[in-house]
Amino acid sequence: MDLAYTPRQKAFREEVRAWLAANLPREPLASYDTREGFEQHREWERKLFDARLSMVIWPEALGGRGCDLIEWLIFEEEYYGAGAPMRVNQNGQLLLGPTLIEFGTEEQKARFLPRMASSEDMWAQGWSEPNAGSDMAAITSKAILSADGTHYVVNGQKTWSTRASFADWLFGLFRSDPGSSRHHGLSYLAVPLDAPGVTIRPIQALNGKQAFAEIFFDDVKVPVENRIGDEGQGWHVAMATAGFERGLLLRSPARFQYTARRLVELYKANREVADRDPSIRDAVIEAWTGTEAYALSAYHTVGRLAKGARIGAEASTNKIFWSELDLKMHETAMRILGPFAELTGDAPEAREAARWLDGFLFAQAGPIYAGTNEIQRNIIAERMLGLPK
Amino acid sequence: MDFTFTDDQLTFREAVSRFLMTEAAPEMLREIWETDSGRSPELRKNIAEQGLTALSVPEDCGGLGMDDVAWALMTQELGYYAIPDSLADAAYVAAGLITALPAGTASREEWLARIAEGSIRIAVGHPVNPLVADANPANLLLLADGDAVHAVPREQVDVEANPSIDLSRRLARVRWTPATATLIADGESGRALWAQTLNRGVLSAAGQLLGLAQRMLDLSVDYVAQRKQFGKPIGSFQAVKHHLADVATKIEFAKPVLYRAAYALAHGEAGADARVSHAKLACGEAAWLAARHGIQVHGAMGYTWEVDLQMFMKRAWALDAAWGDRGFHKARVADAILVEGAALGPGHTFEE
Ligand SMILES: Cc1cc2nc3c(=O)[nH]c(=O)nc-3n(C[C@H](O)[C@H](O)[C@H](O)COP(=O)(O)OP(=O)(O)OC[C@H]3O[C@@H](n4cnc5c(N)ncnc54)[C@H](O)[C@@H]3O)c2cc1C
Repeated sequence: MDLAYTPRQKAFREEVRAWLAANLPREPLASYDTREGFEQHREWERKLFDARLSMVIWPEALGGRGCDLIEWLIFEEEYYGAGAPMRVNQNGQLLLGPTLIEFGTEEQKARFLPRMASSEDMWAQGWSEPNAGSDMAAITSKAILSADGTHYVVNGQKTWSTRASFADWLFGLFRSDPGSSRHHGLSYLAVPLDAPGVTIRPIQALNGKQAFAEIFFDDVKVPVENRIGDEGQGWHVAMATAGFERGLLLRSPARFQYTARRLVELYKANREVADRDPSIRDAVIEAWTGTEAYALSAYHTVGRLAKGARIGAEASTNKIFWSELDLKMHETAMRILGPFAELTGDAPEAREAARWLDGFLFAQAGPIYAGTNEIQRNIIAERMLGLPK
Repeated sequence: MDFTFTDDQLTFREAVSRFLMTEAAPEMLREIWETDSGRSPELRKNIAEQGLTALSVPEDCGGLGMDDVAWALMTQELGYYAIPDSLADAAYVAAGLITALPAGTASREEWLARIAEGSIRIAVGHPVNPLVADANPANLLLLADGDAVHAVPREQVDVEANPSIDLSRRLARVRWTPATATLIADGESGRALWAQTLNRGVLSAAGQLLGLAQRMLDLSVDYVAQRKQFGKPIGSFQAVKHHLADVATKIEFAKPVLYRAAYALAHGEAGADARVSHAKLACGEAAWLAARHGIQVHGAMGYTWEVDLQMFMKRAWALDAAWGDRGFHKARVADAILVEGAALGPGHTFEE
């Protein structure tokens, strides 16, 4: 155990810090759940990419910087610590990206990854269907290989696809063997969202914005080169993605530590009001202890990975931990803000309340997306503790 | 930056675990519970023969010179097996205090040598604990008179037993009169010694609580896999699964907090108090949840004397408030994070 950063790690931190100080947008970007905000975030991603800071853990040849996971944690600390914009393309970059690196052909990596790193291509996820939510193996959308074997013909419907109204591509699972059921006969495809036969219908989310969409496929032709992994092996490939998602990458600790810091500041600025309810102080303390625990767990895991360990079902404890923590922190902020908490960004008296409200609304979804927390508890019980099905 | 244990440290933990598995089996615990002293000279002798009393003692006094990080592993094992012995009080907490005395103070070197060979029991009367654990069987007591530290032979104190629900804990009110002959440190240095001693005591309790949590989870997993109702193992019912998944999650996120605290102590970091208190809170909460959910999934069996779960629950309930209750530790964390200019947020987990 040696908890000092190396000179190289320190220098990297300084570099990132200096770059962010010089390049952060002066004004906050518009919400990425709007077309305008989405494009602003795309521009910001491009800027990060040009500085080779968009995907620091990817190899240089793919538009990354070849950093190890400790450096990635450092990057995230500086990034969120500086209050930098949310990462609009993270479903592609953090979920599909590692999947392609593990399962993609060389051609696919070259075709998709650099454009993903630069956000020239923005990616939406296509897992859920109207009748396949938690039970993802119930999906029925089909991708049938053409007789000449050159392309799939896709029919069916996906739903809840985050920012699909604005995205360029979709990745997800389709049933390529029509006679199959459950986890078998599925293939993992990348589908361009401007292909003929694709219809996208935005769904308004809790915040009134087009945060996700349903997608209809009507005889959409998808070249066979867009299949990731083997035909019929889609479930296996998708599970790797789900692992990345629940595990470390999607929710690095820094984002929550930043929220905890803001919460402590909010509490200190409003102590007279907040202390009338003693449970608020407790919750503020727990914001710090919880986010530190999450960060420590990430460093511990990264260290174990570096020594050759693999993340197993314990990734599911991560998902529960961060989503409940994030919710609790935002609930606490709402309680401190009291009668101002309901004010939206349009309210002249909202001040910092509107930002907390946005975060509060999104935090409601944390225990639902990326596999609900009930499903995670099932996984922990069955795969980590070995309890019977 | 490497926040993991070395192979040597993990092997050491394995060895301790294997040793305690046979030496401190639940049947043995029950036997020792029934004795007047609540202590087994035989067990202490075996522990000493394994070299476990010598862990913290400096090498030049016949010890192994291990630091707090090793104790973060060791104390989890002591908790997991709920050993009926205050080993960590002497071998870790008291050894730490005595080691920190200037060379030649009182019988410093002799005490350390005797701790290492396991021939002395030392009770620690830190003011945070109203009662002193193992005061009766102790040979020597480290007691506080304000900031002053006294090393008082057992014969010079009056001890009144205060039985605990955990029969392995032997608590006593200690009455004594400070004398210059027993003074080993005072003023600034006394205050510093008590502060370090507090942190070691807290870390020791935290590690034991985490080990207890894991033990109660393991016992519960075993039980629900084997007990059948409605024609299947109760462990297949989702409500039962989720109870235990929540315990596993709490444990998972308490571990690294304990390790971070141990490192902070070993390296004398300025922020060690808050890290150590955080560890105590996290491990205590994990242990209490493991007890609550553990008894729930055991049904009435969990409410009996007969089923082993009780031994671990009782230790967990007791240790949660030993070396400072939750209010005490929350206040220490609050002091650190609410102070003007506190280093909070991303990037301050390892550097202040
Ligand atoms: C903000 C947001 C963004 C999303 N983005 C995407 C995206 O980009 N792409 C995508 O494909 N999907 C996305 N989703 C969908 C998400 O993956 C699903 O909502 C999730 O898998 C749950 O499915 P469901 O909504 O159908 O709920 P259901 O499966 O109907 O679940 C409803 C409730 O029943 C419980 N439940 C269901 N089955 C069980 C069980 N076996 N045991 C115990 N409890 C159970 C659930 O835990 C939940 O509490 C997003 C969702 C949200 C909220």
